[in-house]
Amino acid sequence: MKSTLSMTAMASVMALAAPAAMAQTEINFWHAMGGALGEKVEEMATAYNESQDDFVVVPTYKGNYTENMTAAIAAFRAGEQPHIVQVFEVGTATMMAAQGAIKPVYEVMENADIEWSSDAYLPAVRSYYSTPEGQLLSLPFNSSTPVMWYNQDLLDQAGKDVPQTWDEVFELADALQAEGHECAVSFGWQSWSMIENYLAWHNQPIGTQQNGFAGFDTELTIDESEDLANLLQRIADSQEDGTFVYGGRRGDSLPLFTSGECALWINSSAYYPDMVEQAEFNFGQTMLPLNTEAADAPQNSIIGGATLWVLSGHEDADYQGVAEFFDFISQPEIQADWHMSTGYVPITTAAYELAQEQGFYDENPGTQTAIEQLSLNEPTANSAGLRFGNFVQIRDVINEELEDLWSGDQTAEEALSNAAERGNAMLRDFEDTNM
Amino acid sequence: MVERRPVLNFVQHFVLILGAAIFAFPIYLAFVASTHTGIEVNRGLPLLPGDQFFQNYATVLGEGLSTAGAPPIGLMLMNSTIMAMAIALGKIAISLLSSFAIVYFKFPFRVLAFWTIFITLMLPVEVRILPTYEVVAQLGMLNSYAGLSIPLIASATATFLFRQFFMTVPEELTEAARIDGAGPMKFFRDILVPLSRTNLAALFVILFIYGWNQYLWPLLVTTDESYYTVVMGIKRMANAGDSLPEWHLIMATAILALLPPVIVILGMQRLFVRGLVEVEK
Amino acid sequence: MRTKRVTFRHRWLPYLLVAPQIVITAVFFLWPASQAIYQSVLREDAFGLKTEFVGLANFERLFSDSAYLESFWTTIVFSALVAGLSMGIALVLAVMADRVIKSALVYRTVLIWPYAVAPAIAGVLWWFLFNPTIGIGAYAMGQLGYDWNHFQDGNDAMALIVIAAAWRQVSYNFLFFLAGLQAIPRSLIEAAAIDNAGPFKRFWSIQLPLLSPTVFFLLVVNVVYAFFETFGIVHATTGGGPGNETVILVYKVWRDAFEGLNLGSSAAQSVILMVIVIALTAIQFRYIERRVEY
Repeated sequence: MKSTLSMTAMASVMALAAPAAMAQTEINFWHAMGGALGEKVEEMATAYNESQDDFVVVPTYKGNYTENMTAAIAAFRAGEQPHIVQVFEVGTATMMAAQGAIKPVYEVMENADIEWSSDAYLPAVRSYYSTPEGQLLSLPFNSSTPVMWYNQDLLDQAGKDVPQTWDEVFELADALQAEGHECAVSFGWQSWSMIENYLAWHNQPIGTQQNGFAGFDTELTIDESEDLANLLQRIADSQEDGTFVYGGRRGDSLPLFTSGECALWINSSAYYPDMVEQAEFNFGQTMLPLNTEAADAPQNSIIGGATLWVLSGHEDADYQGVAEFFDFISQPEIQADWHMSTGYVPITTAAYELAQEQGFYDENPGTQTAIEQLSLNEPTANSAGLRFGNFVQIRDVINEELEDLWSGDQTAEEALSNAAERGNAMLRDFEDTNM
Repeated sequence: MVERRPVLNFVQHFVLILGAAIFAFPIYLAFVASTHTGIEVNRGLPLLPGDQFFQNYATVLGEGLSTAGAPPIGLMLMNSTIMAMAIALGKIAISLLSSFAIVYFKFPFRVLAFWTIFITLMLPVEVRILPTYEVVAQLGMLNSYAGLSIPLIASATATFLFRQFFMTVPEELTEAARIDGAGPMKFFRDILVPLSRTNLAALFVILFIYGWNQYLWPLLVTTDESYYTVVMGIKRMANAGDSLPEWHLIMATAILALLPPVIVILGMQRLFVRGLVEVEK
Repeated sequence: MRTKRVTFRHRWLPYLLVAPQIVITAVFFLWPASQAIYQSVLREDAFGLKTEFVGLANFERLFSDSAYLESFWTTIVFSALVAGLSMGIALVLAVMADRVIKSALVYRTVLIWPYAVAPAIAGVLWWFLFNPTIGIGAYAMGQLGYDWNHFQDGNDAMALIVIAAAWRQVSYNFLFFLAGLQAIPRSLIEAAAIDNAGPFKRFWSIQLPLLSPTVFFLLVVNVVYAFFETFGIVHATTGGGPGNETVILVYKVWRDAFEGLNLGSSAAQSVILMVIVIALTAIQFRYIERRVEY
């Protein structure tokens, strides 16, 4: 720890002294990684800064994802924008629509004096952030996907195998109830894990126009999936005997799993380090359960997390530094290290292979679940990702409507159709604003 | 005590002790959390302090919070102090002067000046935060103590309170001063300011705490970590993205962050409480 | 507007004295506020690249949006509960503390602490206490037979933000009430005691009426606090959920601007809030001016 610290300290001293002393160009990088992840980001920047003399990348923490994105936008309006800003996946449509404010990554990389190809990035990761023509708009940075975490001790107690389908989840629940254990399942980031990923997993559309990839005139179709409504209703009804417990919108329900209260937890694969630290039982992660009513086999899941966007309005020469930095952090060694220490998926094929070579997946069984899920099949129009404007607000709407379902104020069908209707109004709003 | 009533006495102390216990409980709990390991805290908080007190506070004070992704705590505490002091002293200074002018002078545009100032009463920064940010950016005040504090001074609460107080100052004092041939500034300095002593103390405490507790504004106007405040630091640690926050260190920092405002309140307690009685008149 | 009977005369001094505050107000309040008014009649994308004048459409939209109107109601309920609860508890404690003069200082010293806690941190503390899985508060409720889950139950969520908001404010109110009570001349109370008035009667007939200016002042302060300064508490605990149950107005302004990046609507909401604040201020002013007049 000490050495990292002094390295960071040195880097900041260098950053301060740099402009006068060595005429280095400063590259500002605003991110939303607090806690231990923030330290990792600092490490990357320091490593890059030490690797060359022309540029100094200065990472700055600007709050959580929304605070960071808004700070960057406010700064852009005031002409004080950073070069690089980390934006979560649901902000993609907003950033994309802001032509004139952003510089697409493929353009930055092509204009720069380096060798680079977007083929190096994993298809499931790349597709989410590319134009329909396959050009990369922003650089994947931290990506994850929802998986199902399970408590092996509770499964053994119930005498069941790891569930692969939703029917098996409910069978497990019954077996647990018979043993006097109430909660079988909980989840977090419900719009992402239980609606967006459910639909992609079963190869059903989330919205028209290829989930919004093909145009702003897209409409949500989440209310058209009968099997989704049935499943959600079944989950809501199962609250009666305590099979399902709702624990909040984001990761707030994690303690439900780590305390041994709920046997299954559906949420991001990036919780891996926390599981290692917190869970006092044998745990594992497995693929999302399949709803056999909807499909015979799963398609692929979609990612969440954030990417790095490049903002316009700086000296041309600065972008050479941005491109070099992007190239630097895409290196297999750095990506593999990031992947193995954080639980985020590796973003390049080379990093994945490196982690394999180093035996990471053998030593930590289950950690490859996320990447296997993402690359299970070639992504279809339904499973390549989604691109809806105002999606941060739409997710709030979905959260609100689902919460009214969990509290018994409405049926699953009503929740989905209300969410679609309110969400569509926001999509029209976005379309009007960005015409 | 007006009369002796042992039962009532007992009830009073009981209610007070219970009230004090309930109100201090969350803070006590924060302290308890700061004396355990992170794993223990996340597993369900124990009710008694643990044995990690020195360990955790040494981590927070010594290594800084960089393990949890924030600048050294000493720096953040200093920034918070500078910001809170600048807001408290700055607001008191400009308000004292302007309310003196408004109460003790008749001049053209007095009513206009009055309403210009008073329209800002009570409208918090949060409600106009983005346009205010743009103004501050245009003036080149991002990443500076001025940018952190001056926009938060633009509020009339203190002016309002001073005006109310000045209105209660006996006219005889002004007359006497004029008969003695004292000019307005001499009257202000020798009579009005000393009379306002307790009000000044009360306002200082209230404004210091207001400034100390700011979160959203400093987050927006600082990009340079050397201007981070401690409340921002705590929120930063609590926001660990897709992983669990290090609650034991966060709570240790929260306890440390609590000390300066508490010291200010307790230190000025006597003056402050007397000032409160006068402030609301 | 009232002034002193005796005033000073000076050609430029008063302008010099008001100048600093006028300048700061103009630059950091009037300018941004007018920007907000201007933005409230525009429709703009987040980056300000495309701007369109839409007249009062943003306002029309708000008032036809049931979620916004609900948010008004939520705010009123929340403010009433926060003000009522924090003032009620503070008054009870202050009356008790006033009677035990010797140890009043000790109680005051303990009760003053929560006031020093930033709303953002208070939110974190209460989130911790009432976390349905690991929180002691939730556990205690469970022992009493109540299944606490503020993620799911709107009433639990409202209770949580009310408690978190009132907690800090009780300290503040307690200080004012105690100071007000101690300013009441002892002779009045003793005289009443000689007339055989019991402690409760004395409270109702002497202390409370004399305390009424403090009550009114605190009412305004607390309502304003609940309206505007509780943003950090909602943000750190419920995030407005479940459903829309705890979305108060100031949280919605922030959320529509920060998360939704819908600057036009957010600006329109700011303008509405400004109008409310100005109305509240005017009412307070009229009351105070009148009161001092007699």
